[in-house]
Amino acid sequence: MKLLRTAIVSAAVLSAGTAYGQISDNLIKIGVLSDMSGLYADLGGPGSVLAARLAVEDFDAKGKGLNVEIIGGDHQNKADIGSNLARTWIDTEKVDVIVDVPNSGVALAVAEVVRDKNKVFLANGPASSDLTGAKCTPNNIHWTYDTWALANGTGNAIVKTGGKTWFFLTADYAFGHALERDTTAVINKNGGKVVGSVRHPLNTQDFSSFLLQAQASKAQIVGLANAGGDTINSIKQASEFGIVSGGQNLAGLLVFLTDVHALGLKTAQGLIFTEAWYWDMNDANRAFAKRFAAQNGGKYPTMIHAGVYASVLHYLKAVQALKSDDGKAVVAKMKEMPTEDPLFGKGTIRVDGRHIHDMYLFEVKKPDESKGPWDYYKLRATIPAAEAFRPLNEGNCPLVKG
Amino acid sequence: MIFDLLGVPPQALFGQLLLGLINGSFYALLSLGLAVIFGMLNIINFAHGAQYMLGAFCAYFLLQFAGINYWLALIIAPIVVGAFGIVLERLFLKHLYKLDHLYGLLLTFGIALILEGIFRRYFGSSGIPYSPPQLLTGGYNLGFMYLPKYRAWVVICSLTVCLLTWFMIEKTRLGAYLRAATENPTLVRAFGINVPRMITLTYGFGVGLAALAGVMAAPIYNVSPQMGASLIIVVFAVVVIGGMGSIMGAIVTGFSLGIIEGLTKVFFPQASNTVIFVIMVIVLLTRPAGLFGRTT
Amino acid sequence: MAVETKSLPASAPTQVSWSELIAFVLMVSFLIVAPLFIYPVFLMKVLCFALFACAFNLLIGYVGLLSFGHALFFGWSSYVAAHLAKVGKISIPYWSGHWIVIPLPPLPPELAILGGTAVAALFGLIAGSLAIRRQGIYFAMVTLALAQMMFFFALQAPFTGGEDGIQGVPRGVLFGVFDLSNIMTMYFTVFVIFVVCFLLIYRIIYSPFGEVLKAIRENEPRAISLGYKTERYKLAAFVLSATLTGVAGSTKAIVFQLASLTDVDWPMSGEVVLMTLLGGLGTVFGPALGASIIITMQNYLASAGDITLHIFGFTLAMQPGQWVPVIQGAIFVICVLLFRRGIVGEIANFFRIRL
Repeated sequence: MKLLRTAIVSAAVLSAGTAYGQISDNLIKIGVLSDMSGLYADLGGPGSVLAARLAVEDFDAKGKGLNVEIIGGDHQNKADIGSNLARTWIDTEKVDVIVDVPNSGVALAVAEVVRDKNKVFLANGPASSDLTGAKCTPNNIHWTYDTWALANGTGNAIVKTGGKTWFFLTADYAFGHALERDTTAVINKNGGKVVGSVRHPLNTQDFSSFLLQAQASKAQIVGLANAGGDTINSIKQASEFGIVSGGQNLAGLLVFLTDVHALGLKTAQGLIFTEAWYWDMNDANRAFAKRFAAQNGGKYPTMIHAGVYASVLHYLKAVQALKSDDGKAVVAKMKEMPTEDPLFGKGTIRVDGRHIHDMYLFEVKKPDESKGPWDYYKLRATIPAAEAFRPLNEGNCPLVKG
Repeated sequence: MIFDLLGVPPQALFGQLLLGLINGSFYALLSLGLAVIFGMLNIINFAHGAQYMLGAFCAYFLLQFAGINYWLALIIAPIVVGAFGIVLERLFLKHLYKLDHLYGLLLTFGIALILEGIFRRYFGSSGIPYSPPQLLTGGYNLGFMYLPKYRAWVVICSLTVCLLTWFMIEKTRLGAYLRAATENPTLVRAFGINVPRMITLTYGFGVGLAALAGVMAAPIYNVSPQMGASLIIVVFAVVVIGGMGSIMGAIVTGFSLGIIEGLTKVFFPQASNTVIFVIMVIVLLTRPAGLFGRTT
Repeated sequence: MAVETKSLPASAPTQVSWSELIAFVLMVSFLIVAPLFIYPVFLMKVLCFALFACAFNLLIGYVGLLSFGHALFFGWSSYVAAHLAKVGKISIPYWSGHWIVIPLPPLPPELAILGGTAVAALFGLIAGSLAIRRQGIYFAMVTLALAQMMFFFALQAPFTGGEDGIQGVPRGVLFGVFDLSNIMTMYFTVFVIFVVCFLLIYRIIYSPFGEVLKAIRENEPRAISLGYKTERYKLAAFVLSATLTGVAGSTKAIVFQLASLTDVDWPMSGEVVLMTLLGGLGTVFGPALGASIIITMQNYLASAGDITLHIFGFTLAMQPGQWVPVIQGAIFVICVLLFRRGIVGEIANFFRIRL
């Protein structure tokens, strides 16, 4: 259908080479499927399209004689729209690789489609560790982070730095339960103790009564096993009720740079959480962030944007090495080749599709420590790559033998 | 002791009751606005949530671009948003009075979608912080709980506004005209009162109440485009429970449901989002017209 | 609700009008040829929503009851069908920690759809008997609140998978014969379901039962005075509408191989109102047309890329997907203010025909 023909987002069509006989229509088409308008638009969204474009530029596809084109789409956080769009892209637009897809529900649906059609899925936005666990596929790479890594990083590092007793505010649905369960396991393993938890419904406006219970528990750390608006509101109201000034610390389990930006340092100060990437860690990151922000209305990149950039770069390298765009073959090649890029440095991709890199525990700066806009984090600990992710044999991924 | 029997220490219970009252103030202000509009215009204002959101954004804009502080915003924002409501009424709603009520519901629903969509496009979904005024930061230690000053202010302010509204409508001459115009517009017009203008101003007033609630909410919740969308459905349930019969009914129901919801957060937190709907079902089964409603 | 319907030409209610017959033949022939040049998965989505809108129209168009909670039936039937097709086993808690377990194997698609539909019918009966206690806008608010309550249950119930939803639902083999993993087989299955339900709705509208419904819509006290137990009629119409919505929701779960929170959340209830209003309340073909337009728009805007404007040094990136809610809202406003009969209703009124 003509109407459905996707408009080309970033006309990164580059002149043809001839060396890639195995590549269908002599064109690599990257579909950035993200939430362009909703809850995740700031942390993925149009920025992810930009990140993919920067990766294509840096790869110098043209110079290497590879035709690359990028299109973007909005899944509107609806699994049916997302999977439908992925299907349409693959069937009628000859898209070879789908990137980003924040929102685990949509991502799991897209992973099924991509597996059926033997294409490639570079998951950066979604959190669910099922993507490399029970629901892993041979067409899937999960690059940036996952729930297990966040729970592990935050739980582990905080207990080691003295936060022994915990109280959880947990969003009452599968995602929140998983975060709480994984973090509790880590806390117990490290000799900490969970003294209580309360489950709040999704999209709660008012957290005061839950915070009051957290306060009464006298736990050192209040863990926020929730996401998005719930996290923002609970942090904001924790500040109002003097949780942090009363000596307790907040630990966010899923917090992004854009959340901190939305909260402001005054409210968010002292919050501890785990991320995979931060712009102000080294010169390469800073250079990328400056370049990104200049084209993104001044908004700095999140770890998801960095992940999109790095994963697309690695994908293109694998395609080039393989001279083919066959889904399974490319993913196998990506797993075989060690990864190296300016943002994540050297790394590897495991057989279950998990990209392995360091994770970092950050604390939000006090307003007077911040030197300028977007200067929000200070590093508290580095979780080395070997410990950062779920051990291969614990994920129940069918691709893992033995 | 009954409190000990329930397994919750009395101090914690008092704290939660107080918090429930605070949330109830928002329900009361919003359902009051809906009741006033419904009473005069016979329209269920689905855009009420969006107008509440506009109030919060208005306060944010005033601070950000004009340096106008919270206290002035508390007065200016409801006037600005109320004026916007008046424009909406003149442009759109006035064409619907002769039609079935449902068209008003659909139209205001459309307006809500447009407003929320536009704000989400330009301000994202994560929201924008808005700090409470200097005077109201900090809090009181009540022994059984820490009460932020701002929350105390919300209850007092909301209660005052609600009671003033009630007094104005039920006890003053202006209110008498309003009530009369609801019953029999033609007759009231015969007395030389400009009924259409009164209707317009009433809509503006109801919208202003929503905006006022929005300004009061801004320092507590993040100012975000969808802050009203989820709240409006709960307020609808509050309205069904209370019935549209009386102004006082809307106020009392709003506050008491806030308290009930607060208690649920202690005893059975998982159900705190659904408890109001469950109460609604029970009320419908026993008193279909609502607690304070007149049978139509 | 006094829906603005066209004054029907005086013809016996059971007699099919020429205009309707022609429109029906056109619609069916289009649907048979369409998959050759339109992407079939997209067409199936349109058909599912068209059926949803038609089922919804049965209630608003012919009884004048505006339900703002039909996502409840759509979403829950889709969850149940997806669960039955994928897992089968049913566990129902009857007391804390105690479960009734019915050890079913994963069911074939026809039984999964039937199961989803049955649950929608049951919920329709419960929600309907509560909601019809109130009228007009209260009815709308009650349905909305009930749907929202069930949304929270769907969010928390373990079998729905929370925000992940139920993924990877097998399409299965229909009646043990037709392999639905073939896209054309799937398409024509959906096509048959749609046409059968469409004809069923048509039959209901022009049956004596349907005539009573219309009488209730026009003047309920009068219908009561004529001796009709209007409550029962209204409830029956509500349950029928919920059941047919259930067919649409279950079919959608099988087609897309997933069930998610989107379908049970309240914006979905608003969307179906929009589809029906745009096409024409109380018209036979309107809801289907409205659904096609809205779904096409959503799909088009979802995949259309961004348009970057440079104005006075400002870069304005337009993401069309972001405008979906705004455009839908604008359609609402325009429909209510300018053409309350909807597209099909206006056409029918202009040519003085039945559609």
